[in-house]
Amino acid sequence: MNIRSVLIANRGEIAVRIVRAAKALGLRTVQVHSQADTDSLAVKLADAAVEIGPPPAKKSYLNIDAILAAAKAANVDAVHPGYGFLAENADFADAVTAAGMTFVGPSGDAIRLLGDKVMARAVAVKAGVPTVPGSDGRVADLAEAVAIASDIGFPVMVKAAAGGGGRGIRIAHDADEFARLFPQASAEAAAAFGDGGLYLEKVIERARHIEVQILGDGENFVHCFERECSLQRRRQKVWEEAPAIGLPDDVRSRLCESSVALARQVGYSSAGTVEYLYDDATQDFYFIEVNTRIQVEHPVTEMVSGIDLVQAMLRIAGGEKLSLRQDDIRIHGHAIECRINAEDPYKNFMPWPGRIGQLRVPEGEGIRFDTMLFEGYQVPPFYDSLLGKLIVHGADRADCLARLQGALKELVITGIATTIPLHAALASDPSVGEGRTHTRFLEPWLETDFAALKRAREDA
Amino acid sequence: MSIADIKSPLPGVFYRKPSPESPPFKDDGDAVKPDDVIGLVEVMKSFHEVRAGIAGVGIRFVVEDTDAVMAGQTLAEVQA
Repeated sequence: MNIRSVLIANRGEIAVRIVRAAKALGLRTVQVHSQADTDSLAVKLADAAVEIGPPPAKKSYLNIDAILAAAKAANVDAVHPGYGFLAENADFADAVTAAGMTFVGPSGDAIRLLGDKVMARAVAVKAGVPTVPGSDGRVADLAEAVAIASDIGFPVMVKAAAGGGGRGIRIAHDADEFARLFPQASAEAAAAFGDGGLYLEKVIERARHIEVQILGDGENFVHCFERECSLQRRRQKVWEEAPAIGLPDDVRSRLCESSVALARQVGYSSAGTVEYLYDDATQDFYFIEVNTRIQVEHPVTEMVSGIDLVQAMLRIAGGEKLSLRQDDIRIHGHAIECRINAEDPYKNFMPWPGRIGQLRVPEGEGIRFDTMLFEGYQVPPFYDSLLGKLIVHGADRADCLARLQGALKELVITGIATTIPLHAALASDPSVGEGRTHTRFLEPWLETDFAALKRAREDA
Repeated sequence: MSIADIKSPLPGVFYRKPSPESPPFKDDGDAVKPDDVIGLVEVMKSFHEVRAGIAGVGIRFVVEDTDAVMAGQTLAEVQA
């Protein structure tokens, strides 16, 4: 490997994970930190630490100049961005490279290309990856729109080209409703966004979120199979699994091979994830986007494949060729990850910074807890609420769920509210047990099933 | 008239504006009513409105936009 030291431009559990992976490879580790993270676990574990600014992320973990100055002062060979913060900032990747260091991730150009929704969709189409059926861009008028809608099949989503974040979306269930709705939606979009442009997309009613882990060195590309992340709240993943539940083998092959084709199309170098919507009813999958970084839920893939993805990223960044061939990569058993957040699930997920009292971590075969916590640690209010990830592996999904139930009982964090009770409820829920979940499962379930548990708890 | 403090109910980052491009909720010298929003506190990436909680005139902010604040820290003073 042609790197001997790495600066970790992140915090929290992922910084701890990267420090450990880098040390295992014999690299010198330098941890940057804000004034709020001076006492953090990653700072304690790293060989050296550099303060980069005040607590707010904009002034520290998002401050490119401060991070580059720290990297130069510490004389490191490489910078690992983790996830979030600057991980998918193409300008940051370019700035690291321009300063003569290695960015642990794909090139700035690859991040830029895949980070643009329209360009990424075009790359996917070129690589033969299925995309959500729809109008390719804006539709000119009602006649064209009706023709395209009939082609896609109803229900159809009418989306404002200038909308976003769920605004400017209408759903038409048949051609009559579509003809009525379309001019109305255009007028509304013009009023709301100053742009009446509309485009169309197929509605996938019971979609599951499935994503494929890829690794590339610029010449060779492999997949490490898929993860399922259908349990989401406010579009945030809460619980992830590998492999996807009940996915037919031929679908799995096509899905994973399409991700490798996409990686090859752009000459991808590093670890990445290709995200899809999966339609249970038709067994069709559709490309959503590529994440050009390590993901929060990477451990479930590590547990079933035995591959250390963070170490693989560092090796690729260090100029090593991928030693893995596709045939070497196999899935063993099943893994589930629960995101343990500093939020009170009984109080509408109110954030809960504060001091950790007792911390008891379950141990045993197939159990892993990635965290930055220690007893007495003060969880700062300035960053996201992720405290750690409980990852459990079992011989199959049923075995994994049984182990997870036990591990969740043994995991004790006092002093602050956490989402452990939410996960305990999910782990023993019959629908979750049978894998009857999709991306719109969790929010209604919280209103009904979890609310009932909450009432029972209050009565007790 | 006496001076009353408006305190942060939560620890986090204090914002005087609803978005970076917007004007502040209140300028120094403004009058406030109890229900008026005077700023936001970002706690673990979620935003919470801070209301004046008191009627008064001549509000004066004692922390800057995007400063880190503690729970119970004074954000502004008003003459009530």
